[in-house]
Amino acid sequence: MLRYALKRLLSLMISLAIASLVIFAVIEVAPGDPASFMLGINAQEDTLAALRAELGLDQSKLQRYLGWVVGMLQGDFGTSYQYRTPVAEMIGDRLWVSLPLAIYALTLSTLIAFPAGIYAAARRGKAGDIGVMGATQIGVAIPNFWFAMMLVLVFAINLRWFSAGGFAGWDKGIFAALKSLTLPAIALALPQAAILARVMRSALLDVMGEDFMRTARAKGLSRAQALRRHGLRNAMIPVLTILGLQFSFLLAGGIIIEQVFYLPGLGRLIFQSISARDLIVVESVTMLLVFAVIVMNFLVDLAYAAVDPRLRARA
Amino acid sequence: MSRTLILGGALSALVVLAALVSFVWTPFEHTAMNIPTKLQTPNGTHWFGTDHFGRDMFSMIMVGARTSIAVAFVAVGIGIGLGVPLGLWAAARQGGWVDEVIMRGNDLIFAFPSLVIAILITAIFGASAINAIIAIGIFNIPVFARVTRGGALPIWAREFILAARVAGKGAGRISYEHVLPNIANLLIVQATIQFSLGILAEAALSYVGLGAQPPTPSWGRMLADAQTLVSIAPHMALVPGFAIILTVLGLNLLGDGLRDALDPKLRVARV
Repeated sequence: MLRYALKRLLSLMISLAIASLVIFAVIEVAPGDPASFMLGINAQEDTLAALRAELGLDQSKLQRYLGWVVGMLQGDFGTSYQYRTPVAEMIGDRLWVSLPLAIYALTLSTLIAFPAGIYAAARRGKAGDIGVMGATQIGVAIPNFWFAMMLVLVFAINLRWFSAGGFAGWDKGIFAALKSLTLPAIALALPQAAILARVMRSALLDVMGEDFMRTARAKGLSRAQALRRHGLRNAMIPVLTILGLQFSFLLAGGIIIEQVFYLPGLGRLIFQSISARDLIVVESVTMLLVFAVIVMNFLVDLAYAAVDPRLRARA
Repeated sequence: MSRTLILGGALSALVVLAALVSFVWTPFEHTAMNIPTKLQTPNGTHWFGTDHFGRDMFSMIMVGARTSIAVAFVAVGIGIGLGVPLGLWAAARQGGWVDEVIMRGNDLIFAFPSLVIAILITAIFGASAINAIIAIGIFNIPVFARVTRGGALPIWAREFILAARVAGKGAGRISYEHVLPNIANLLIVQATIQFSLGILAEAALSYVGLGAQPPTPSWGRMLADAQTLVSIAPHMALVPGFAIILTVLGLNLLGDGLRDALDPKLRVARV
């Protein structure tokens, strides 16, 4: 297990290193000089030079890359060109919206998908199965931002149960904050639940064909008992993978939904920073999201090995 | 033919037909503004209603189908054009360093949150259909490389490959002449799935203003226009939304149906 973990850790490091290089390179070739953008077209050449020096833009590319990476390792994400505040602080504020939103959506998606997938698998080929599968076909075809607009139309504009956008803030109490995240979380969760329900169903069906399930039935367990005691645990491996992937997708995928609901999360931060040429913010937020995805995949890999000893042996 | 295949094929054909017909005919000029007839709900003259500039939404949907299909088609083309040769190469050198480098490279691209990178690319290099295609296409490469390699490995173990090797054919020729035809079905099915994902990605990018630029109509842009007007003109959001859903649904059903029809061995539950 330790050897496996170390091997995966090494590949995690390499992935992160390459990812940071790619992101730095993309930002580096971006047209537009942040200094002249900040000072406007009438800026004097010496003022521009002074600002560039202050922002560290006059250093060599290698120096800037190393400075950025070393800074991030120490929790220093640089200083925003636009607001002159530490990027780490800006990210910290926004994370309190994006992270709870992702967790909320993941919880909803699991709560919908698990029962739906198990139900469909247990009713394989019958009307219930066909109904659930048909619903998931439509679920995966719905763009989440469109679904978000429909939710706003029905529950905010017509029924007035929720506000159409904005974030109440955690200082207004947990209930108010969660309420303003509810529609966005549903919009994010439903298409994901459709995928997860399909995975759950097919994983269970695979398990049902296994010898140990036949044995369980032969020793007198009913179909439902066998499924509960032996089936579910074995079906969890593919389901765990998708859950891991979905979490990172929800964190990153929330950026479009944040636009729909005007939520002050990481996604809006990225868009605002791009239009303000605040590249250091774009760079660091992107890296943070990539970091989250890569680490999540790493944890899923480890969880696998813990659940299934065969995977350790193969590595 | 299964009902899935027929329904999926019909929906997909309808969208392609709408896109093709739009080159020679649309009920109205899709860019023609007519303020007096703005925000009309669907009626006899304007079948899908009009938008806030009085443009005919039926015509915009037809021309928008063109944008969606073109972006998704080229993005899938990039995935196949680069991913399939890489996958074939990796399979031919199974276990070697080429295989290792290609597959680790794939893992790396997979690890990136695709939407974030697509937004980064289009935002930095400028919002346009071309940049959207590139951004979506890059993430199709590892998908096709992985599917190709996975399909090719068992083929390499077959007797007819051994025969070809005995006959003196090199790895490149064997890959092209013997492996590729045997995994074509697999690739067709995957292409259908990636095509539908491409349509969704294009819609998302143009919704946030990073896809095709006006006056080129695109379904995602139409949704962005509809957002502030959704309370007074819900049809502006419903029409492009249904266009996207039906297209993606059609392609997914087509993919499922094709898989079942082309290869019974692949009949596994689709996720």
